[in-house]
Amino acid sequence: MSGVTVVQDKAFGGTDPGGAAASPPPRRRTRRRATALPSGDKLVLALMLGVPSLVHVLFVWVPSLGSVALSFSSWDGIGGFEDIEWVGFQNYVDIFTRYPRFWPALQHNLIWLAFLLVVPTVAGLLLAVLLDRQLRFGRLYQSALYLPMVLSLALVGFIWQLIYQPEQGLLNNLLGTAETNPTNWLGDPDINLYAVLVAAAWRHTGYIMLLYLAGLKSVDPALKEAAALDGANAFQTFTRVTFPVLKPVNIVVLVVTVIEALRAFDIVYVVNKGRNGLELLSVLVTDNIIGESSRIGWGSALAVILLLISLGFIITYLFQVFRKEERA
Amino acid sequence: MARFETPHPLMGRRALLKAIVAGAGLAAVPGLAACGGSDSGASTDTVSFGNNLSDQVPKDAITAVLQAFEKESSLKVAINTKQHEQYQEQINNYLQGRPDDVLAWFAGYRMRFFAGKGLTGDLSDVWGKVGSGYSSALKEASTGSDGKQYLIPFTQYPWGIFYRKSVWQQRGYEVPKTLDQMVALATKMKSDGLVPIAFAQKQGWPGMGTFDQLNFRVNGYQFHVDLMAGKEDWQSPKVKEVFDTWKRLLPFHQENALGREWQEAAQSLGQGKAGMYLLGSFLAQQFKGPDLDDLDFFPFPEINPAHGQDTVEAPIDGYMMARKPANEAGAKKLLEYLATPAAQAIYLKSDPTSIATASNADTSGYNALQKKAAQVIKEAKHITQFLDRDTDPRFASDAATNGLNAFIQNPNDVDSILKGMADQAKTIFTG
Repeated sequence: MSGVTVVQDKAFGGTDPGGAAASPPPRRRTRRRATALPSGDKLVLALMLGVPSLVHVLFVWVPSLGSVALSFSSWDGIGGFEDIEWVGFQNYVDIFTRYPRFWPALQHNLIWLAFLLVVPTVAGLLLAVLLDRQLRFGRLYQSALYLPMVLSLALVGFIWQLIYQPEQGLLNNLLGTAETNPTNWLGDPDINLYAVLVAAAWRHTGYIMLLYLAGLKSVDPALKEAAALDGANAFQTFTRVTFPVLKPVNIVVLVVTVIEALRAFDIVYVVNKGRNGLELLSVLVTDNIIGESSRIGWGSALAVILLLISLGFIITYLFQVFRKEERA
Repeated sequence: MARFETPHPLMGRRALLKAIVAGAGLAAVPGLAACGGSDSGASTDTVSFGNNLSDQVPKDAITAVLQAFEKESSLKVAINTKQHEQYQEQINNYLQGRPDDVLAWFAGYRMRFFAGKGLTGDLSDVWGKVGSGYSSALKEASTGSDGKQYLIPFTQYPWGIFYRKSVWQQRGYEVPKTLDQMVALATKMKSDGLVPIAFAQKQGWPGMGTFDQLNFRVNGYQFHVDLMAGKEDWQSPKVKEVFDTWKRLLPFHQENALGREWQEAAQSLGQGKAGMYLLGSFLAQQFKGPDLDDLDFFPFPEINPAHGQDTVEAPIDGYMMARKPANEAGAKKLLEYLATPAAQAIYLKSDPTSIATASNADTSGYNALQKKAAQVIKEAKHITQFLDRDTDPRFASDAATNGLNAFIQNPNDVDSILKGMADQAKTIFTG
């Protein structure tokens, strides 16, 4: 995994205007201009660049900009362009001031992000370190712990609904409260978000574990040996030597987790359609766009808000990467 | 305008717009892909039929009706069945795509909305032929805002408070006539160890039924209509009074309603754990044999003497015609047939939880529950559809559902909840 990131970093560095200012690249460029490519190569090049660019523009830029444009409209999805009424920022104003589900949804998304950043990451790292120690049956544990990742989040929702069921569910029966005073894990809006997060984390931990495990396998054993010779104990070796070497993996984990948290949708939709304590921005977008009651403009405005939040994280990440490249 | 009519060289503007919406990850794709029946052109011997009765029993029942029509008319019917909830979610794209010639839908605002958009066909001439078989209330419910008819009513079912006769007999309960009597009865049930009122709100809509009953008993039929049309304020004292009345009844409702589906609540009534259950008569689908015979219901008791029990909520299910049906003559023939008592009787034989809408329908085959339902509807001065059928779907699916859920969760927050609903109503009912 770490290898992949390094390659990515180099790619980012290549497009970096700061990097281009250094002396070697311009020289290369002039030389390239001098050698005329055969027309066949030019065609291949044009196709190989043109087709992906076209696909990218068509499926990424056009829909995104379309969503942004529609977010300034009021439209029920019936008819064509002439039926769209343009309302400026009205949708945004109404969402921020009059839409009771918006602020809870935003809050839940942020809780989701914080929870996934802390719990599965720590648990996944711990499991990876344990598995890296060549335990007996290590492969078996590894497969078992990774297995939830194979399931879709919607399926995870179904499985955990059985566990959380108040009267017949596993959890309340283990706690011995099923008969007397069953906790309504998924029905109580004060706790259902965390109940769902545990289920989501159960699945996510295996993924994080695998990422760290791959990173740990690529750590040069000589480093640990050197640390051991210097008299470091296991804990010191990990915190001072192994973990810093894992930095590229940490970035991958961070990106994966942020994406996972912001796109969360299926599990809450399976549990209760994202109502009653399980509101998420993605659910609000869906509720307003699909169905008999299309509010395309309103839903698009919500989607744009979600996009801006995602961009916030992505830009911060890219900024970090670029700055690091500049320093290097 | 002419500029818009010329098709884009690569893509129609509508297709382009849909591609934008779909591509934005907004899940319109399944709706588009699944819509439209067979591309059969203008065949004259086949009528396509959009069916939303996806459960096995009603599906077999409507199939039997269509087979009878095939025999009678020598036309073929191509049935296109979609899962009930999915059908409703996709209706928007379905009607704009290539819908089936005859398609299932509901009376009231929900019909008027699509008729007003010009997405369904005018059925005034069919009504000219079958109109004498329907009451004036049914005609009104099938009429669009332009005065033309757009729906052929098929079946109807009332909402009421259901109970088991044997349980009530054994304990000596009597049908309450007023709200105070109902509260007294519920108190007695509670002390007898019963859950007085079964309740489930996981699906988001059953609570709307409770709200409707309280609203037109407290404020009357006209207020219901005006509130649903966005002409009344959700923060008005009249609406507040509805919720205050509900608050008085909430302690008698089954707890944890938000985590329960109506089928489960119906089971607790069936098992004699709950004393009453306010729901539509489709509740009887959960009862079989002797249990079904033991089931009875009464209209919601009087709250405000000025309105008494003059209103009954009795949603109408029916059929509409596509805007441009592939086989218009055949479609109208089928709709005429669906309006006959004979067609409705075939359906009701297999699904005895609704009643026929044709006024001269043969009621001799009705069970006790159906007879009562027919009588209650006949005696009512006003008939409402249902909150989500009487108001703008944009308001019903989000603001109303979540507002009622919030109230059931925290009844003391009613003021802020009503402010939220009123604010949202203002962004939706702008006309």
